[in-house]
This record gives sequence, C-alpha cells and structure tokens, in this order.
Amino acid sequence: MMAHGAAAAAATDMFTPQHTAGRVLCCMCGISMPPNAANMCVACLRSQVDITEGLQKQVTLLFCTECGRYLQPPRTWIKAQLESKELLTFCIKRLKNLNKVRLVDAGFVWTEPHSKRLKVKLKIQKEVVNGAIMEQSYVVEYVVVDNMCDSCSRAAANPDQWVAVVQVRQKVDHKRTFFFLEQLILKHSAADQAINIKQMHDGVDFFYSNRSHALKLLDFLTNVVPIKSRHDKQLVSHDTKSNTYNYKFTFSVEICPVCRGDLVCLPQKVAAGLGNIGPLVLCIRVSNNLLLLDPHNLRSAYVDASQYRRLPYRPLLSSKQLVEYVVLDIEIESEVSAVGGNWALADAQVVRSSDFGKNDTIFTTKTHLGHLLHPGDYALGYDLYGANVNDLELDKYKGLVIPDVILVKKSYEEKRQKRRGRSRPWKLKNLPMEVDTTVAGGRQEEEKMAGDYEKFLEELEEDPELRSKIALYKDPTYRESSEIASMSDGEEPPSVPLEELLAELRLEEYSVKGSDDDDDMSVS
Amino acid sequence: MATRCQFENSSDIGVFSKLTNAYCLVAVGGSENFYSTFEAELADVIPVVKVSIAGTRVIGRMCVGNKNGLLLPNSVTDQELLHIRNCLPDGVVVQRVDERLSALGNCVTCNDYVSLIHTDLDRETEELIADVLNVEVFRQTIAGNILVGSYSVFSNRGGLVHPHTSIEDLDELSSLLQVPLVAGTVNRGSEVIGAGLVANDWTAFCGLDTTATELSVVESVFKLREAQPSAIVNELRASLIDTLA
Repeated sequence: MMAHGAAAAAATDMFTPQHTAGRVLCCMCGISMPPNAANMCVACLRSQVDITEGLQKQVTLLFCTECGRYLQPPRTWIKAQLESKELLTFCIKRLKNLNKVRLVDAGFVWTEPHSKRLKVKLKIQKEVVNGAIMEQSYVVEYVVVDNMCDSCSRAAANPDQWVAVVQVRQKVDHKRTFFFLEQLILKHSAADQAINIKQMHDGVDFFYSNRSHALKLLDFLTNVVPIKSRHDKQLVSHDTKSNTYNYKFTFSVEICPVCRGDLVCLPQKVAAGLGNIGPLVLCIRVSNNLLLLDPHNLRSAYVDASQYRRLPYRPLLSSKQLVEYVVLDIEIESEVSAVGGNWALADAQVVRSSDFGKNDTIFTTKTHLGHLLHPGDYALGYDLYGANVNDLELDKYKGLVIPDVILVKKSYEEKRQKRRGRSRPWKLKNLPMEVDTTVAGGRQEEEKMAGDYEKFLEELEEDPELRSKIALYKDPTYRESSEIASMSDGEEPPSVPLEELLAELRLEEYSVKGSDDDDDMSVS
Repeated sequence: MATRCQFENSSDIGVFSKLTNAYCLVAVGGSENFYSTFEAELADVIPVVKVSIAGTRVIGRMCVGNKNGLLLPNSVTDQELLHIRNCLPDGVVVQRVDERLSALGNCVTCNDYVSLIHTDLDRETEELIADVLNVEVFRQTIAGNILVGSYSVFSNRGGLVHPHTSIEDLDELSSLLQVPLVAGTVNRGSEVIGAGLVANDWTAFCGLDTTATELSVVESVFKLREAQPSAIVNELRASLIDTLA
C-alpha cells in the first residue's frame, strides 16, 4: 500500500487514499456480498420484489390476413414482416405500463410462423428499495388473432366501392394539361385519398370513398385551373325509418379548352369588356385564370374562370397547328415588362422553314418575342396566311386585318435534334393511374401520348415559371456522357438547372419498386 | 441480547431514544409500548427516562452522551433541562451546547472514551465534548458521510458502521476508537445505522424491521451474547482483584 501511495503521489503530487470496497452480509440471507443500495443480495432482492409486476405478459394482436397488416389501435393498420424491427417496435408499443420501467433490451423468441404466437423477450430495469436498480428479463406472448381490416372487408363485400367520383375532362386534342395537372396534384398531395384514379378518354376520373374528399379535390382544381363544374347525386339506397339516404356523388369538371400557347379569337363582347383588346390574342399562361396577350401591341388581360364561363370561346388555333419559321430580321420597337412577364415588341421578317430556300415568300409581322429572337433563329408560330380557319367569332369581325403570321415561341427544335433519344438528368413522379380499357386507343394512341409527354417535358425545360409550380426530381440512373460536354458548340437548348431538382426520398426496397411501377403505368 | 422494537410504527428507534451505559432516554410516545420495552430490559440497572427536547420527540438525534455526561442542544427548554438533570444519576454532567449544528446526535457519536464528530463542528463544542463527556475527540467522516452520528453506532466493545465503508476506513476508524468495527446494516438493509440501532455495553435495541442476520451481526460485534451487566461487574471485580493482589 505504501508503494502504491508513493507511486500515486509521484504521479499527481497528491496523496490519494486507496479504497477497497468492503463486504457486508446480505440483510436477508447473510451471504457475504459487496454493499449495494438495497444491501440485499440479488437473489434475495429478486425474491422480495418482482419488477415485472403489473406489466402485461400476454397481449392480443389483431392481424388482417387479407392484406397482412397488424392493427395499431385505434384505427391504423401497419404492415410488418415477422421478426422485423418494425414488428418489434409495434409489439413493444402495444405493452401498457412499460413507461414505468426502463426497457434495456428486446428481441424476438423464435416461434413457428403459423403458430399465431409472437414471443418477445424484454429486459427491463426498475428502481426498487432505496434507489437500487434491478434488471430482469421476461417473455411476453402475443396472440395473433385474425381480423379483417375495414378496407379489406369493404373490398371483399363490394369491390366497386366509390361513393364520389370527380370526372375531370378537357376537350382538346392533346394531354399536356393533364400531365401538368398530374404534377400539381402530386406536389400538393391533392389526390392522396383517392381510392382509384382512372384515365379516361379526354380526361381522368378520381374515385373517392367519401364525398368530402372529392370536394377537396374539386376545391384544389378550382384554385389551379379555370374549370366549370357541376355535381349530381344518385340515390343508391335509403332507409325511411332512420331517415338515412345513401348517395353516389358525381362531380363533373370541365377544364377550359384554351391552353397555353393557343390562339384565341375573342368574341366581340369579351374583347370590348377587356378594353378592346385583340381580338386575336395568345393565351400566355393558364392558372385559375387565363392570361391573354395581344402580340401586336403587348396589351394583356386576365380572364378568370367565371368570366370565361359567362362567355366561353374556343381556341382558333392550338399548339398542334404550330408551324416553324426562320427569322430573317428583327427590329425591336419597345420593351414592356408586364405582370405576365417581359416582352419586347418587334417587327419580324420570317420565312416558313418549309419554304426556306424554295421560294421567296417572306412575311412581315409584329411579335412580342423581340427579346428572344435573333436573325437566324427558329420560331414557332401560327400560319394564318395558309390556315383555313373556320371560326364564327372571327367572321363576325368585319374588316379585321388578319396578320399572316403570329409567332408564339422560340423553337429549339434544331438544337434538340442532337440530343434526341438521350435521357434527361431529371424525372417526374407519376400518379398511379388505371387506364380505361374500354376506350381502345391502340398503338397510335400510345404514341400520341408519348409525343405529348415529350412536348410537356420540353415545355418544362423552356419555362422556369412553369417548373416552379411543380416538383422535379433527380434521376439517380442518369449518367452524363462525355460527348455532350465536348459537343457544346454555341447555344445549348434550355435545360433544367441541377439546383432546381429535388432528391427523392427513398426508404425501402419496395418504395423504389413502387415508383418504377408508376413510371411504367404513365408511359403506357 | 439485542431486542427489536418499534416506536409508533416506525423502526427508526435510534431517533426516539438515547442509550448509554449510565442512563437511557426515551421519547414520550402515544403508547407505553416503546418505553416498556426499554424498561423491561434496563429498569433494574439504569434509569429509563421519558424526555422531550425542545418540545420534539426526536431526542436521539438532538442529544449526545455517555456515562460521563449528556450534551443537549441550545434549543432545549430550561424545564426540560431541569427534568433531565433531576432524573439522571448524580455523576452524569448535563450541559447545554451553543452549537449551530443543533442535531448533536447526527453530528457526534461516542462511547465512554472516544468520540467522532462532524468535521464542521465549532472548536468550543469540540472542547466541551472532550470536557463534559470526558472523551478523546476525532473529526472524521464515515464512508464519505459527514454525519458520523447517523451512520455509525459504537459502544466500548464494538461498533457498526455504514455498509459502504471501505476496508481502509474501517481499519483507521477501529484504530482510532480502539474497538472492533464491522460494516453492516439494520432495518432490512437500511444504511442509517444510528437511526435503526441504539446500543451500550451489554444490550442493544434495533428497529422491528431488522432481520435475524442483521441482529446476529449486531449481537456478535457488540459482544452481547456473553454480556450481561453482572458479567461486567464480575469482570471488573476480577481485574480489580487482579490489580490489588
């Protein structure tokens, strides 16, 4: 001890007395033991107190055999594999009074998978007499009782379960509106409660098990697109004695047929109401209202859904009829920055690309794209010179000078040609939609839809404002090839900056698989 | 022999009684049970006195004493002091102590020759203890506890200390006190020895919760099995005769 003391003193220049823990006799059985807080040996302590007292040793779990989920009271059903971490968490959460002790360890004791029994071995600690902490392990037996969950029993009773349906339609010859709407719905999780989503001719049907859920979607749609809606209900059954009526509700929603980039000939009344704008105007943007722009004097006007509903009009020409032009000369008159964006009024000399080098038909027109177009650029526009328009409203205007060309947007077709077939570094999510098989579209329909989707993606690349409304995700499978980098000569076609992309949340194997499935659905 | 008893359903009998070789003080309780337990054991040897100190019943924690004297805290009333003085044998000096730490029973512990005291006790009090109780005084702690009176009990023959006392401390204490010491418990594992046990040279009283094991430890360390008041007298007589012869 002296030597030890000297060594300690040398090390710290301080005398630290040595302490050897003594031994005392257990107060119950008299066995010699190191003193503890209860001053009782472990065997005696265990015989005196049972810390598992009041804790559940047997618990009943409800399990739906149809969907393989366990009931988490009061209403949640959770899926968990046998012996999985999730199941263990769930099992432990089911135990009452476990907050009164400290859980140290838990694990499954193996049981036969078909035995309808789960056994969990728990190790708990609890303070007993005088602050002594005792540890004890015990086994809880869970009896798994079969019980069909609500949704399964409903599905088993009547698979055609919907109570309310929202039928969204747009009578146009492309699907881009719905592609955009799908993204909006995804971003705002507006259709989470839908029990089924069906792609129909000219639109999509959303089925709900609850009327209020359908109303929620209807509300959402009113806020994002100009719509006209009506609702009907069909009496399914009723009980006069208890005065209950069981209806099926149908909400018919029609989206305004005027899309982004469409040319509209405003009816005289409307044009007058908007301060004699137009009457030939371009629809620049569609949200819950339409932004119309007269490309000849850069006057713009908003038309909201109710205004549109009172005096509806159809597009004169729509994006399908866009023709490519080559810009020969551009002369900027004035630049205007209005609510809808920045435009520059300019005089443009253009030639149809199809005519280029064949004849000398040059058109001179005014355009709002003066800030974008340069001589030699390609632009898309409506060829009113060659078009055979058949519009009653247009005929009502006597003496209206119709311009030969109305340019709508700059064309990046030439530049895109190079990277055709290459994948993009970003991707979109898709709603799990069921395709209506009764409307046999066939191969042609599929190709048309793929074309529309490509157009929609290109539009997203061109318009950052459009992008800002939806969520784009990084494509983890995308690999940038070296040739693209080396081929960068001159102006690149517009693309999405990487910083705008979101990283997708990936948790488990099946979520990845699920998203892949979704992709398949939408392309088909 | 050690006796188990209870004061009004409490096993902390050391709080409610004070036992020395020359007298025994017990608290005034609702029933006579507690008093009569002491009376049955001690009545024909030493006076058993019902007292209160400063109006309280926790007399064991308030005072300290041995066969030579008794120290009472400042808060004791004159009447109480007078009563105690009247009841105790003439040889016992009863003295009031002007000490800030008034729970003398917790801060001081002694037998008839040595005493351990709380480290923060006044020097005057220390001197008073040495004079009145006629003991050697050591400032000590027991297993890191400064309340030496709460965590130890010792007589002239042996002593019981806090169970966590290390072997080195035990050696040091027993060499200071010159009596064998043992680390142990009373009242079914309670480490507050002073509250659960009162002892003198021939008898001891424990709380009712004390187990047989603890009781046997107490009896063996305080050497109560062979100890009877008459045995001491015989022993003394033998040694006297030895020295006189």
